[in-house]
Amino acid sequence: MKRSTLAAAVAAAFGLAAGAAQAQVSDNMVKIGVLTDMSGAYSDLSGSGAVEATKMAIEDFKAKEKPAFGIEIVAADHQNKGDISSNKAREWFDREKVDVVTELVTTSTALAVMKVAKEKNKIALVSGAASTRITNDDCNDVTVHWTYDTYAVANGTAKAVVKQGGKSWFFLTADYAFGHSLEKDSSDVVAANGGKVLGAVRHPFPGTDFSSFLLKAQASGAQVIGLANAGTDTTNSIKQASEFGITPKQSLAGLLMFITDVHSLGLKATQGMYLTEAFYWDANDETRAWSKRFFERTKKMPTMVQAGQYSSVMHYLKGVKATAGDDTQKVMAWMKKTPVNDFFAKNGSIREDGRLVHDMYLMQVKKPEESKYAWDYYHVRQTIPAAEAFQPLALSKCPLVKK
Amino acid sequence: MTEIFGVPLPALMGQLMLGLVNGSFYAMLSLGLAVIFGMLNIINFAHGALYMMGAFFAWFGLTYWGIGYWQSLLLVPLAVGAVGVVIERSLLQWLYKLDHLYGLLLTFGLALIIEGLFRAQFGVSGQPYQIPDELSGAFNLGFMFLPKYRAWVIVSSLAVCLTTWYVIEKTRLGGYLRAATENPKLTQAFGINVPLLVMLTYGFGVALAGFAGVLAAPAFQVNPLMGSNLIIGVFAVVVIGGMGSILGSIVTGLGLGLIEGLTKVFYPEASATVVFIIMVIVLMVRPAGLFGKEK
Repeated sequence: MKRSTLAAAVAAAFGLAAGAAQAQVSDNMVKIGVLTDMSGAYSDLSGSGAVEATKMAIEDFKAKEKPAFGIEIVAADHQNKGDISSNKAREWFDREKVDVVTELVTTSTALAVMKVAKEKNKIALVSGAASTRITNDDCNDVTVHWTYDTYAVANGTAKAVVKQGGKSWFFLTADYAFGHSLEKDSSDVVAANGGKVLGAVRHPFPGTDFSSFLLKAQASGAQVIGLANAGTDTTNSIKQASEFGITPKQSLAGLLMFITDVHSLGLKATQGMYLTEAFYWDANDETRAWSKRFFERTKKMPTMVQAGQYSSVMHYLKGVKATAGDDTQKVMAWMKKTPVNDFFAKNGSIREDGRLVHDMYLMQVKKPEESKYAWDYYHVRQTIPAAEAFQPLALSKCPLVKK
Repeated sequence: MTEIFGVPLPALMGQLMLGLVNGSFYAMLSLGLAVIFGMLNIINFAHGALYMMGAFFAWFGLTYWGIGYWQSLLLVPLAVGAVGVVIERSLLQWLYKLDHLYGLLLTFGLALIIEGLFRAQFGVSGQPYQIPDELSGAFNLGFMFLPKYRAWVIVSSLAVCLTTWYVIEKTRLGGYLRAATENPKLTQAFGINVPLLVMLTYGFGVALAGFAGVLAAPAFQVNPLMGSNLIIGVFAVVVIGGMGSILGSIVTGLGLGLIEGLTKVFYPEASATVVFIIMVIVLMVRPAGLFGKEK
């Protein structure tokens, strides 16, 4: 009890100090925290690549905009745990004068940090986390959800697969908040498009052997097995489905897949699969130019999470410059009223629930013989316009949305 | 169709078969741990990392030097064993006189370092390793299609486990080993090179982990985290079987694979936890484990 009182007093003192200097950019320094999975299951799709993307954004911003303030970056590993994330965010806001915490792959970490940011009146920019809870039940006015969410990926992939004739579905679901959210959003889309959900099996996270669950999916007789999981869970499911002869008789729909998963499994195992992404490095000249710079630094092509990370940090820094200060509400207001136009998003806009809406892309994985060069993995089958890609505000459960 | 608790019999048989496959991995890994603990009194937390190393060595071999699966089955355990010998000579041998805790901490640290190095180099998404042509395809068992590769996992791991048990319990070499554990000074006085025996035992124990790694490579993605995902469950297996009991670790490994398989049928959410529930129950009833001797 005593300790928490003391901590609160110290925090208050820091808060006062920060408040007094807030006429302009506090200490003339903008400090960006990158809180992400540096070592676990999601470290390939975000991790050090997301830190590198942040550094690129800072360098580009400095070179182009010549800001009068300094910019610093701090990074930490949240180990996909909510408690570690909120402690780190608290420490950054209170002691290290961090202005904005970014990235936050894994829903539980994003939800934890959003709460702290709200309490401290600082900004959270979420790129890697997937759950629609971030802009629905748990939304707040200091958070922007940048790259994608479970609704957007389910909407793209499930709709496409049902339209191709995959009417009956069975879900293989990671047993935590994200998996449940993905399963629910996908089931809704399947039902809305005239398909039918026959059942689901929930597996512990992370898992290694999925054969038992796959046999259940096989026994269900569903045409499509929806993989409501991510990372190594998804890659292992796909690999073992082919070993047990489940594919190609039944088809798989990877509801959340990243280009790193396709890279890891190879085209032979993934060819023909549909997936929805917010970004593909080989989409146009602008994306190629940025991605090649990213590749030179990391030796990997960027995932949508890493590209979105760059985009969000850049938009934030522009907001600080335009409002000539790092006041949270002013910067948030600027970010929401200014459209996002860069290699990642065209005419993207941030809604009152904190959702950045932008075009999404339905991809189909190429056959091995169609791939001409390294990382040449996708056909872009369809551009899903921003207005359709995300959950409509009419369905929102976010209290900030005026109805 | 015959049903048991609402589950069709063929489906149940299929799940039990898969449980046996996973049990084979548990048995092989927990056997290595049991051999090392029984002979060296070291709780080898690096075991998972060495299993992962085995899978990666197989992948290196295939990708860079064109060494196929069958050669890997022989060469990789030797290579991992050699790594083990280096670890034993350079680090572990100074710890035998100290409390278990020191060995545990040292090997835990080693595991973190080894995993960290592989992760920094290869990322976490994993590397693909194809099933060898001879073993692709499946057997139709009537109640399920069992991929030939999974059948091979059961057969080969059982063969390795039983051979190990036979060598340690029934041969002269095994007798020396057991004597060296029981009373190292006296055994040394009979002219047997005890440090050499201990070194080879550790090398052999981790070679088993390397062998399991090669077996796992085609079935799962080769991934730096594959060891740490598995090892905690394997430790539970060793504790249930009785620390250091050779037969105990084999039987418990297979048995828990089956129980896990059943859990996946009736309540899949608990399949990662059921091993620990059983561990708690066993420790309450028989603190030394099912096959362990009270000291």
